[in-house]
Amino acid sequence: MIRFDKVVKRFGDLTVLRELDFHVRPGERVTLIGPSGSGKTTILRLLMTLERVTSGTIDVDGQCLSHMKRGDRLVPADERHLRRIRKKIGMVFQQFNLFPNMNVLRNITEAPVRSLGVPREQAEEKARELLEMVGLADKALEHPSRLSGGQQQRVAIARALAMEPEVLLLDEVTSALDPELVSGVQDLLRDIAHRGDLTLLCVTHEMRFAKDISHRVLMFDQGRIVEDGPPEQIFSEPAHQRTREFLQAVLDA
Amino acid sequence: MTISPCSAELPGTFGEAMPFLCKGAVITLQATLGGSVLAIAIALPVGLMAMSHRGAVRAVARVYMEFFRGTSVLVQLFWLYYAMPILTGFQLDKSFAGILALGLNLGAYGSEVVRGAVRSVSRGQREAAIALNFSPYHRMRYVILPQAFIGMIPPMNNLLIELLKATSLLSVITVADLTYQGRLLVNSGSDQLIVFALLLLIYFLFSYLITLIMRFVEGRAARMVGRDGPQGRPRRAWRSPRPRRPVPSVEIPSVEIPSAETPSVEGAR
Ligand SMILES: Nc1ncnc2c1ncn2[C@@H]1O[C@H](COP(=O)(O)OP(=O)(O)O)[C@@H](O)[C@H]1O
Ligand SMILES: [Mg+2]
Repeated sequence: MIRFDKVVKRFGDLTVLRELDFHVRPGERVTLIGPSGSGKTTILRLLMTLERVTSGTIDVDGQCLSHMKRGDRLVPADERHLRRIRKKIGMVFQQFNLFPNMNVLRNITEAPVRSLGVPREQAEEKARELLEMVGLADKALEHPSRLSGGQQQRVAIARALAMEPEVLLLDEVTSALDPELVSGVQDLLRDIAHRGDLTLLCVTHEMRFAKDISHRVLMFDQGRIVEDGPPEQIFSEPAHQRTREFLQAVLDA
Repeated sequence: MTISPCSAELPGTFGEAMPFLCKGAVITLQATLGGSVLAIAIALPVGLMAMSHRGAVRAVARVYMEFFRGTSVLVQLFWLYYAMPILTGFQLDKSFAGILALGLNLGAYGSEVVRGAVRSVSRGQREAAIALNFSPYHRMRYVILPQAFIGMIPPMNNLLIELLKATSLLSVITVADLTYQGRLLVNSGSDQLIVFALLLLIYFLFSYLITLIMRFVEGRAARMVGRDGPQGRPRRAWRSPRPRRPVPSVEIPSVEIPSAETPSVEGAR
């Protein structure tokens, strides 16, 4: 489903990802852990085409993210190519990023209506189902700013799901929440993860949550994968010193 | 009995001056309105062009903006009204030439306002729109511009007041605006002090009127992006009651969210 091949990402002089190779199978749920600044967010942003690779290639479903075929030459991807790929991918941000110029319902329906051409009524019906699922059926006509952080994040999750992505990217989606609101969002994501065949890439510092939802954990440090394995193994008997230190630090926090 | 402020029945210099000043005021208002419409119609596309990822498009926008900001309205007016007929053989109507000069000039400043407001919308909003696979046009139209709009209003207010004041330049090409009528009255012997005082007063009232209108628009826009009101766009389908303040108005509005599950108190039901 997703393949990183020798991906290098630099910001100016700073090398954030160093020849990164990994791949994720369809339906697989992978959690990325690692110290702050190790490049986890950058990986998700590259996938969402919010950044471009410096070198190397990323494939999604066999299609290259940065280039496309024209005749039998490879040329840089144009907007249409990017949009074909983005269609498969959804993302939920740490800061929710709900649109403040729309109410909750509209936040969820606008993208299906505008970018997929779904009739508005059908989109609204779907949106109400999603709101039901995230436990906010009564908030459809509220303005986002009148919801708590946890509620806003649940709307953002519904909004991403409304586009029916094959891959969902979650970037520290509970980090900006007050502690008492974290579990509500995590429970929801656990449900979503276990329900379907969604491919999930999740960055989190909540190790319990990571253990619950993921098939595989990737431990990053300084733009490289230092350890890759099932959560039981990584959390209970990490093979690398760096992973042990990191887990210890997270536990102490 | 009420007498219109434009009436010739008014006592003394007022009765002499007001009918003419009113005529001039109408022309001034027309020029302001025409110039504003043109300036805004120019500012929006040019401001967006100034942010295009195509260098050539950006260059066109920049040349326009720098040129019209860097030359005086009066000189632009001379060109449009006196020089253009010599060059092209085509004589513009003087009011039209005036509105064109004002619109082009203030449009250049307005483009900068649009550009600044669009850039001030947070990167997260743009990125969320990309992640939801909006096309570039839809991103701008439905996500960025509605949020940028409110930020354009205060600087636009200033520009429109500049524009109002700049209409007095039209008197130089003999457009019979407020300033023109005032000078005519003084030249034909009306009391200078009173006439000039009336000019000040009328210009001031007009600029205050612009501010009032813009404040109203700003209030509406603020509510649309939820800065200080309950709902978003689909106002036709659903009108919410204004948020009712609790009776003793000491509560801070942002503490009303005790837990994730609390049903809304001010909801539609
Ligand atoms: N747009 C950018 N410009 C410059 N540096 C950036 C940019 N985005 C991220 N970085 C840097 O890249 C490094 C990795 O960032 P990030 O991927 O956000 O790490 P993580 O999510 O693991 O904390 C950090 O040092 C960060 O400062
Ligand atoms: Mg991060």
